[in-house]
Amino acid sequence: MTDVVDVLTRAGALLPLLAQGALVTLEIAAMSLVAAILVAFVVGTARLSAISAIRVAALVFLEIFRGTSLVVQLFFFYFILPLHDVRLSAEATAVLAIGLNLGAYGSEIVRSAIKSIGKGQIEAALSLSLPRWITFSRVILPQALMIMLPSFGNLAIEIAKATALVSLITITDLTQTGHNLITATGETSLVWLIILLIYLLINTPLNLFVSWAEKWASRSRRGKSNAV
Amino acid sequence: MPFDFGFALSILPILLKGAVVTVIATFGGFAGALVGGAVVAAANRSRLLVLRLFARVFVYVVRNTPLLVQLYFVFYVLPGFGITIDALAAGILGLSIHYSAFTAEIYRAGIGAVPRGQFEAADALGLNLWHKWVLVVAPQAIRPVLPVLGNYLIGMFKETPILAAITIIELFGAAQDIAGKTYRYNEPYTLVAVIFLLISIPCSLVVRRLDTTRGRA
Repeated sequence: MTDVVDVLTRAGALLPLLAQGALVTLEIAAMSLVAAILVAFVVGTARLSAISAIRVAALVFLEIFRGTSLVVQLFFFYFILPLHDVRLSAEATAVLAIGLNLGAYGSEIVRSAIKSIGKGQIEAALSLSLPRWITFSRVILPQALMIMLPSFGNLAIEIAKATALVSLITITDLTQTGHNLITATGETSLVWLIILLIYLLINTPLNLFVSWAEKWASRSRRGKSNAV
Repeated sequence: MPFDFGFALSILPILLKGAVVTVIATFGGFAGALVGGAVVAAANRSRLLVLRLFARVFVYVVRNTPLLVQLYFVFYVLPGFGITIDALAAGILGLSIHYSAFTAEIYRAGIGAVPRGQFEAADALGLNLWHKWVLVVAPQAIRPVLPVLGNYLIGMFKETPILAAITIIELFGAAQDIAGKTYRYNEPYTLVAVIFLLISIPCSLVVRRLDTTRGRA
């Protein structure tokens, strides 16, 4: 019993600093998610462009950012952009790299969701002589967004996990805070255990969101097909 | 600072030596994940609630925490319990544990796709548990998920640079070493990126081909 109290007091002493690190993690994750979704939409729709040059450019981007890992890209941006006189803070570099890397993966979500919308929908829009832009924004996109939602939830989980890598480019996120605390206190096992739990705490709501979005998407799709 | 091809050529042998470690870690980790995933998948189908619960919690924890933190856990925490292993072994163990959670789910999907009749036929023929799973179920369960496993192998290969964080001198670690000693970042990091692309893009094309030809068959 005294052991438990002892562990809890030691953990309590570590928590304030770890919470600060977790805030940095959340901040970078949130900004990266916005960046990644932006990249995903641009690249994903570019993959379906009628102009072949745009399609090829999007495919090259995708293969490059999926062909190497995020660690390599982080270091590449962190050390090589300054050589070309592009000076970004470590945080901006992190958001840029995570946004581009996970945005590349996200572009497949956007592309496949748009492609999964039935041809009949497009033909119906055409036969109503809707303009192309309206067809895309009012007919295809709302349906595609519903399909994308669970996958974007999974992307958010991937991003939350990916932020651990920013500790390697000097950012004091949750993981780096752990390193610092261990150097200061020597509480190796306890610190890493708490950190694992905090990442679980961050990702559990996202998991719940994914299962909710999956249910919602499948139900509203069923509802639609019944109405027809 | 322009890209210096002479310097790039001079560091290539060191990088390739690192690449050998990358390959060892990749295949070691993948072999571990194939076995570990089977164990977790078996636990998931167990009659014992404890084992099923363990499998669920294991998969959830591993899939929702960063690989980097898991590696730190294996590398820094296990020695505290008297388990001392060198960095490369810790890296391979960490990769195995991480990817076991994913291979377990792949196996589960594969097993789910085997028709019930196959299980019943194996039972009707009086095959024992081992023969039923190894001779009847496994071949049918694994064939359709081979492309997915292939994708994870490539994914694992790409993730290996993370091992540099626990002092393993693989391809990326070797580049970090060179950059640290010479203050030249352009050549080593560019070469690493190019080497990864040269290996991973053709591999993913092969897997994609495997996938489409299988889909057609």
